Amino acid sequence: MAEIIQAEGKKKGGKRKPKKFSTHIDMTPMVDLMCLLITFFMLTTAFSKPKAMEITMPEKNTDKDPKNQPLISADKTINILISGNDKLYYYLGVADPNKPLPQLFKTNYSKDGIRNVLLQRNKIVFKAVADLKEKVIKGELILADSALNNKIKALKKSDIKAPIILIKADDKAKYKNMVDIIDEMAITTIASYAVVDISPTELKMIAAAPK
Amino acid sequence: MPKIKLPVKTPHIDMTPMVDLFALLLTFFMLTTSFRPQEAAIIDTPNSISEKITPDKNVITVLIGKDNKVFLNFDNGTDTSVLIRKEVLKKVADQLNLKFTDKELKTFSTWASFGMPAEKIKAWLNTSDSKDRDKFQIGMPIDSTNNQLNLWIRFIRLQNQNAEVAIKGDANADFKTVKHVMDILQENKVNRFNLTTNLQKEEAKLKE
Repeated sequence: MAEIIQAEGKKKGGKRKPKKFSTHIDMTPMVDLMCLLITFFMLTTAFSKPKAMEITMPEKNTDKDPKNQPLISADKTINILISGNDKLYYYLGVADPNKPLPQLFKTNYSKDGIRNVLLQRNKIVFKAVADLKEKVIKGELILADSALNNKIKALKKSDIKAPIILIKADDKAKYKNMVDIIDEMAITTIASYAVVDISPTELKMIAAAPK
Repeated sequence: MPKIKLPVKTPHIDMTPMVDLFALLLTFFMLTTSFRPQEAAIIDTPNSISEKITPDKNVITVLIGKDNKVFLNFDNGTDTSVLIRKEVLKKVADQLNLKFTDKELKTFSTWASFGMPAEKIKAWLNTSDSKDRDKFQIGMPIDSTNNQLNLWIRFIRLQNQNAEVAIKGDANADFKTVKHVMDILQENKVNRFNLTTNLQKEEAKLKE
């Protein structure tokens, strides 16, 4: 629909002037089309690519014999129990049904909740990693990303007193709760953690916990 | 009083700068676009600080909706000469004594996530209306009597050894279902998962 305005030539007498064409093209339809296309692309674009949190689960141990189960030292262990309605508990050590049960602490997902507990226990590693990262940011230390990651890994392994976290969730827990807790492990730079099945003793402990 | 006649003029606005701008924007969006894949259910993923990007090839995605329905998606792999989706469907069909025509196999290889008993796939593939098609997405059976997810995973892994596994769960899905899916994956010797999340920065400070 390009509009070409044609200058009307005078018919009577005089010299015949060459017809003049104005070069105004109506761009409205083109603009309309572009507008549509832009809207389409803007709406269909996925700007932020989905991110992925990597988690490696311990291999399934089909051997039920307690003698063949991997042993971890009880004094380094923190058990995090996740329950429904965003309830969160933790206890230290082992819950053995034949011995007096350890004290169950109630906590929450906030900064002063579980994160603080984990940070206090993982102080040495957390400080070391934070220092290293700061040095890299300030430019005192120049490292490639992969080298930095390797160094952080080595630092995580260096502290023999670093806690081991066992994450256990009951049937009422939501998926979000588990992801939040695994995320806390990344935030507080905890080296060893695992998602394991909850035991009947622990379910009893949750049931008996103060509301 | 005589009326003053205003000269009639068509108001001409110079649209060139606007067109220029639009053209630029359009080019930008066309070049940066990566289309959002269509998924069987709307899934609102939880947040984490992880910055690793989910791979977009050679990945098996298990989707878990907020109503605990399980869907599955996997791609055709990087080798364009073999359509992995087609091969896997053939194997699964053999196992369950189902028959698919070549046309149906081809259609299946171009579509994305699905969540239905394998017996219903034929009807799903032959439905042309996309609204009717969505009615078939009732979730994949994962209970021990009819564990079709296990079957699918096994055949995908046999067909595509490089496949990584991503779990895309809704924040409000039950942990129980997710755990069950993880157990099925672990039975197939998948011990490393990518949990799909949204990026959300968090900083931790040590209290003195």
